[in-house]
Amino acid sequence: MRKKKRNDLKEAAIGAFFFTSGILAVLVLIGIFLTLLATAVPAFREIPVGKFFGHSRWDPTSPEKAEYGLLSMIASTLLVTAGALLLAVPIGIAVAAYLSDVAPWRVREVLKPVVEILAGIPSVVVGFLGLVLFGPALARLFHTANGLNALNGSILLAVMSLPTIISISEDSLNAVPKAYSEASLALGASRWQTLVRVKLPAALSGIVAAVMLGLGRAIGETMTVLMATGNARSFPRGLLSSVRTMTADIAIELGEAPYFTTHYYALFAIGLVLFVMTFAVNLAADVVLRRYQERER
Amino acid sequence: MKRILLAALSLALAGGLLPAAPAGKMIQIKGSDTMVNLVQILAEDYMGKTPGAAIAVLGGGSGTGITGLINRTCDIASHSREWKPKEIEQAWKKGVTPKLFVVAVDGLSIVVNEKNPIDQLTMAQVGALYRGEIKSWKALGGSPKPVSLYGRQSNSGTYVFMQEFVLGNKNYSADMKEMNGNAQIVEGILQDEGAVGYVGVGYLYDENHRIRKGLKVLKISREPNGDGFLPTDRAAVESGAYPVSRPLYLATDGRPKGDAARFLSWIVGPEGQAIVEREGFFTIGGGKYKASNDRNFQ
Repeated sequence: MRKKKRNDLKEAAIGAFFFTSGILAVLVLIGIFLTLLATAVPAFREIPVGKFFGHSRWDPTSPEKAEYGLLSMIASTLLVTAGALLLAVPIGIAVAAYLSDVAPWRVREVLKPVVEILAGIPSVVVGFLGLVLFGPALARLFHTANGLNALNGSILLAVMSLPTIISISEDSLNAVPKAYSEASLALGASRWQTLVRVKLPAALSGIVAAVMLGLGRAIGETMTVLMATGNARSFPRGLLSSVRTMTADIAIELGEAPYFTTHYYALFAIGLVLFVMTFAVNLAADVVLRRYQERER
Repeated sequence: MKRILLAALSLALAGGLLPAAPAGKMIQIKGSDTMVNLVQILAEDYMGKTPGAAIAVLGGGSGTGITGLINRTCDIASHSREWKPKEIEQAWKKGVTPKLFVVAVDGLSIVVNEKNPIDQLTMAQVGALYRGEIKSWKALGGSPKPVSLYGRQSNSGTYVFMQEFVLGNKNYSADMKEMNGNAQIVEGILQDEGAVGYVGVGYLYDENHRIRKGLKVLKISREPNGDGFLPTDRAAVESGAYPVSRPLYLATDGRPKGDAARFLSWIVGPEGQAIVEREGFFTIGGGKYKASNDRNFQ
């Protein structure tokens, strides 16, 4: 009897511990959001919202007139991210398909850990490669004066988001029930037809989620783009122009902005815009992933 | 950079954990990234020769150092630009009376790729380039290549110095590539035939103390038809004939006392100045900078 009581107590304690741990992440997220919101909102006492999102010149420390137009940086961030996805999605899905369907067991056992190690390379190292290796190569390839441009950033971000895309896509391809491909093969379809027409559609929502998580990674990455894209403030004129992303701007200016000034609040407002963007992307990925899991059940 | 931060951190820790050290109080120096290497080396050398001296050096930018002195979070601010009127006002409000000491002279050099045929520019031309008013080297008598501008980021004292001193307090061109440090500007220029950049003289040399291969340092003249000078010409920088030069400061709150005073007078003395020269900066010479230092010591 006493033993049972003690066990109940233990159960309750363990239950409470896990509940607090679970709720902690939520509390931290809410806390960060509220802090960000509280520090970002005062920016709009002095900067009209329309100007913040509609103007393209950003120069808070200008000796002539401080300007707070975020448009070029939003465009630059989207440009670099879109470029990264254009490169990473086809390659990522191809590698995932290769790993799950084509590669012999031995190759797979080597390749998968290698892809995962790729995720562990520090972003400064990737950025440095962009500065001294990809930059000059791109300049030669496109006959431009230098390679510090959006394309360079896109390539590096593609490299950095590949592990996420490959690994989750591969998992979802593997989760397609064996019966699907067996049925397809039994009907006389080739392995290529089975992969493209049966397995990929079946795994589509998992792949979409993988792409979205990769996208979130790409939008939020800072150091790499800071080093490789040149950080010019002008509105991007294409993949070969030098661009400044929102993350790079925060990293450049936050250290120097005096506390509790419009500039300081404005940088938090950029942070809020980024937070909302990545949050929306992650939420969308989550919804897609959930729908996929429900269907499989 | 990391090594320096680490050294500063370990010093800070040692200072905090060992209050029994004979020196008593540690001197905190904070500010200019242009000066952080120089000041760190000066501090290490001084501490090696002076038992009991404890000095911690941190970077962060000239503005960070000046704010630190105003808020009394450091004992000495290092800065590569003048104080802004607003900063002086804030200092007075808080009862801080900054005393400035020129410890070295920095010649900011204007650098292009060695394939660029241009050898000399005027101050006005450099300003026009960086304001984005000149888009092609042809306008300056060079080849018809587009100009690509390399500069520092807005948290750098060098960025502010150029903007005030050369651009005449006007905006930089929005097309300027803003690089994460002097070394990255040099890397950019080495690859880019249309490049122009500004860096401290310390970054021009390779390990054999020769100008790095692939770089060309421009002669700069004050007036359109005046003589041009190189930032590597010591006499020209010390006399002020080289137009893009600036004093580098260490500033204290009020007249320096005790350890800080001894350290400062060691820096402006022969031993400190020998290190200043070895690190690629220019010495303060015997002219106006020495006179103003002497005034502030008294």
